[in-house]
Amino acid sequence: MTVPISYYLVLAAVLFSIGVASFLIKRNIITIFMSIELMLNAVNLTFVAFAHMWHQITGQIFVFFVMVVAAAEAAVGLAIIIAIFRTRRTLNVDQVNLLKN
Amino acid sequence: MSPNVLALLPEIILTITGVLVMVAEPVLPAGQSRKPLGVLAILGTLAAGFASWYQLGFGTIHAYFNTIQVDSFSVFFHLLIAAIVLVTLLSSLDYFEGHASHAGEYFALTLFGATGMMLMTCSVELLMVFVGLEISSISTYILAGFRKGQASATESSIKYFLLGSFATAFFLYGIALAFGSTGSTRIDVISQNLASTATPTLALLSLALIIIGIGFKVSAAPFHVWTPDVYQGAPAPVVGLMSTAPKAAAFAVLLRILFSGFPSYEPRWASLIWIIAALSMTVGNLGALLQRDVKRMLAYSSIAHAGYLLVAYTAFPADGIASACFYTAAYAAMNVGAFTVITQIGGYRENVRTIEDYSGLALKRPVLAAVLGFFLLSLIGIPFTGGFFGKFYVFSAALHAGHVWLAVIGLLNSGIACFYYLRLLASLYSRRPAIEDNLFDGITVTLPAALALTITAAATLLLGIAPNQVLSLAQRSAAATAPGSANSTTNASR
Repeated sequence: MTVPISYYLVLAAVLFSIGVASFLIKRNIITIFMSIELMLNAVNLTFVAFAHMWHQITGQIFVFFVMVVAAAEAAVGLAIIIAIFRTRRTLNVDQVNLLKN
Repeated sequence: MSPNVLALLPEIILTITGVLVMVAEPVLPAGQSRKPLGVLAILGTLAAGFASWYQLGFGTIHAYFNTIQVDSFSVFFHLLIAAIVLVTLLSSLDYFEGHASHAGEYFALTLFGATGMMLMTCSVELLMVFVGLEISSISTYILAGFRKGQASATESSIKYFLLGSFATAFFLYGIALAFGSTGSTRIDVISQNLASTATPTLALLSLALIIIGIGFKVSAAPFHVWTPDVYQGAPAPVVGLMSTAPKAAAFAVLLRILFSGFPSYEPRWASLIWIIAALSMTVGNLGALLQRDVKRMLAYSSIAHAGYLLVAYTAFPADGIASACFYTAAYAAMNVGAFTVITQIGGYRENVRTIEDYSGLALKRPVLAAVLGFFLLSLIGIPFTGGFFGKFYVFSAALHAGHVWLAVIGLLNSGIACFYYLRLLASLYSRRPAIEDNLFDGITVTLPAALALTITAAATLLLGIAPNQVLSLAQRSAAATAPGSANSTTNASR
């Protein structure tokens, strides 16, 4: 018995929505960053599912690129997070609020 | 030269120069000036600009398995991005002197960012668009936080990073659904397969997600929340760069995707863009009215200008592209110019911040004040400036397409915009209250910065009195992008 494609797509959509929700709700920068990774992985799952459906390699190649770029982004993101922790001694987004009127 | 090398010649030149600068940076002793690296970066940018111009003679070049398409559209944006980067490098050549010992990284990152932006504009495969988008985004995330000891700069950087990655995820999800609906990630194939797709709802959803993703990148309302904070905290030359060049590239991508990828869905996306444009103009201009910080005010102004630019997108097909291209060029000239002046006035420490701080500038530095005033007038859209013709073409294109109300909203907004630009202008020419009178004493306009100011001011003026040269280039690029649109390109040239 094969699992229908819609199952994968629904799972990916749910994961993406969880990522969006936790991006908006969570207050710790690391957790917010993790929710972005969750969104990207939901996209990857969608790509792989569609690649299987269309019998095309394009989707799977795309996933590799997304993973590589996500790794590069993580490197830069963690560096920025370290810089902000050094200057502010906190990772709570509500306390990182110098830039207001 | 093989077509593959020829097609990516500007990007290759920028990458090689960037790598050279990056490798040379740690080799130089710690205390030594990084200006030679800046000069190298400027030469590389010039070479890339000439390479783009050289490409124009070859017509349309397809390369790398049809993922790259170099045509007059991409050359237009290549030249624009090269010019923006050139001006930014010139204005920031002396910016880091005596402040940051790692300024070479700044020049290298600027070049890498430019590579990504150029790659975005010449890609017709969404995978390459994504790669270019990320190269440009990751470079600008770092640039935004370049003064890393300052809490406001790192805060600006983290906000830009988080919201930018968030937007990228939306953009990617959009691409994934487009792939699911049409079985391809190539823009032209998507366009062909859309007609026979079994899942039009999925295609529509993918289009909406792509517009959301790009909307974040160009800071269009309601996806603009990051813009004021990021622009306020980032170094002034970087703001000048990232408020124009990555936006120009993102607008180019949006043009390609909407006009060549999803032309058959035009009524649907046009109404979505209509709403985003109206919202951006209104939110941007009303928000700018409330600001005291000049960089923050210009951030809201850039949201409003993104709105004006999106008005052009509702004029499908060719009027829209030509006027959008022209507006991007005009906006780039005046906005980079304004930030160049702000860079010179504020210096590395940026202790001249609010509108009140700028009062009396005309008495101390009449030329700088006059140049800033000229850019502000152009941002308003006064005749004989690039901003005027930009707005004129955009709104007349919208009227031609029958979007009367959108043009009315745009014109009303231009009226509102006068208030805050003129408030800053009035402050420049008012008498200064006697306190802390040494605020402007440290300003030194070096030769490269003066050159940058001359280039931007001349560009703004030329676009205002002789727009035909750029307009004809814009129309050529319009004909290259939108299939079957060549017959209506003459409309915008009246």
